[in-house]
Amino acid sequence: MNVAAVRKVAVAVFRESVRDRVPYSLVIFAVILMAASFLMSRLTAGQDLKVIKDLGLATMNAIGLLIAIFIGTGLVAKEVERRSIYAVLSKPLSRPSFIVGKYAGLVLTLVVNLAMMTLAFYAMLQYMHLTTDDWIKQGWRAPALDPRLLVAIGLIGVQLMLTTAVALFFSTFSTPMLSMLLTLAVWVAGQFSGDLRNFQAAVDSPAAAAIARGLYYVLPNLDALDVKNEVVHGLSIPWSAVGLGVASIAAYIGVLLSGAVLIFNRRDFK
Amino acid sequence: MLAIETEGLTKDYLVGFWRPRPYRALHDLTLTVERGDVFGFLGPNGAGKSTAIKLLMQLIYPTSGTARILGRPVGDVEMRRRIGFLPENPSFYDYLTAEELLTYFASLFDVPAAERAARVSRVLDEVGIGAERRMRLRSYSKGMVQRVGIAQAIINDPDVVFFDEPMSGLDPLGRRDVRQLLLRLRDRGCTVFFSSHILSDAEALCSRVAIIAQGRLAGGGRLSDIVGVDVLGWELIADGVTPAGLDVLRARARQVTPLHDGRYSVDLPPDGPEATVHALSAAGGRVVSLNPVRHTLEDYFVQHVAQAATREAAL
Repeated sequence: MNVAAVRKVAVAVFRESVRDRVPYSLVIFAVILMAASFLMSRLTAGQDLKVIKDLGLATMNAIGLLIAIFIGTGLVAKEVERRSIYAVLSKPLSRPSFIVGKYAGLVLTLVVNLAMMTLAFYAMLQYMHLTTDDWIKQGWRAPALDPRLLVAIGLIGVQLMLTTAVALFFSTFSTPMLSMLLTLAVWVAGQFSGDLRNFQAAVDSPAAAAIARGLYYVLPNLDALDVKNEVVHGLSIPWSAVGLGVASIAAYIGVLLSGAVLIFNRRDFK
Repeated sequence: MLAIETEGLTKDYLVGFWRPRPYRALHDLTLTVERGDVFGFLGPNGAGKSTAIKLLMQLIYPTSGTARILGRPVGDVEMRRRIGFLPENPSFYDYLTAEELLTYFASLFDVPAAERAARVSRVLDEVGIGAERRMRLRSYSKGMVQRVGIAQAIINDPDVVFFDEPMSGLDPLGRRDVRQLLLRLRDRGCTVFFSSHILSDAEALCSRVAIIAQGRLAGGGRLSDIVGVDVLGWELIADGVTPAGLDVLRARARQVTPLHDGRYSVDLPPDGPEATVHALSAAGGRVVSLNPVRHTLEDYFVQHVAQAATREAAL
């Protein structure tokens, strides 16, 4: 794999993605949602900051997820469907470099989108900070411009990197629609991986519990990367669990990209 | 060193959903293309032309057989620095401009950054893309996309270029431009391999051709050997033919066919059209045109494709 070629493909993906109106529209939608949360917070006496932080982080997560799934599943499948891949693969570019470049380009797009949403989010929190009376601020468990929010946002970014890898993996061998559904299924299951581990507590069937435990080991553990609750409520972040979660997700991404490369390397483009 | 060589290149596709069975799209293709040739790879639609080109570009993998370009295996990524490829009905990225697309592709060839802008500009000029080069590709007509496709295929000044149906989607002016471009590439020493089912283009451009039908090589060789120089007869178009003139023509011609407005198309034998022309003039008729009839590429093509169909039916 050629790192320079990966970078060139990634830059092209990024350039193409930022010109696409879909991510822009989604980011604008996210900012509107965050603004709406600001209005909603006015209706919840004493809970206003928590509502804004909760809704803001959830919005970033959801919009990032939509971008990762919509663009990620089309990254390779659309190129194959539209046959733009023919010209690219006839260039001095190996198939692994192409796949990894595509992935890196979309991750770059997501990082930029997430950064834009983060700026909008902090701008709103700053406004909240400036327009709130001091006696109300004393009741806040965490400051408005809490830097720990960046940890939660960073971990959302890690989750999105995984989602992108899942979407890319599926898109190397299936249609965009099927890839979308499969990626969404993996993401939803990943959110509940903690529940899968303790499934025997909820059901009597040992077989069902065994299957759930098996799925827990196979599916990515996105649950471990969700620290929104801790950040919003000013609780301590379980750093060791988070570190372990990030390491396992990084390994998971590596496995998915290797799988995508293996499948893509053997594929015929009729 | 040969520009292109294939040996026993065969491709099977699996068809059918429940019980997939192999369908042979290309049978045992063995051919060579010498450096500097303009090679026409001709065949009817669905004959296997694009399958063969995709195998050469390693967009698909062969079931059996081998292929080499410039002496290197087709899977060699470094070899691709020296080739260009225009796919059939090309498609690119909607949100990039022609300039950006070509800059991206030039970067994949490691064209130095300082040279890239000039190279892109020169190539776009060469294919006739003007100020539109700064517009996004989604707004381009089919003919303009085809021109961009040709531009990206020559952005690296290739030694061998593969064009799959290069005239597709082009108007008559565009086709003339592309014909001239192919000849310029040949003059620079570039080997041109192009697939087409438009025989007049092949006849005007190629030094060698191969005909493929039903996935098999059905014929080929040097165009000069195929088309030939022997005159098989003459086609005379006559005007103002009087009854006496018509008698003259009928006495000497193999066939006389009336056209519109008192004109006749006359099929004369190979020897002595001059005597017929004089006799016609003496009887008050006029000669509109007189052209020699030779073996054409079309004759060769039709004959070999028909033979291939017969062979296939017999199997």
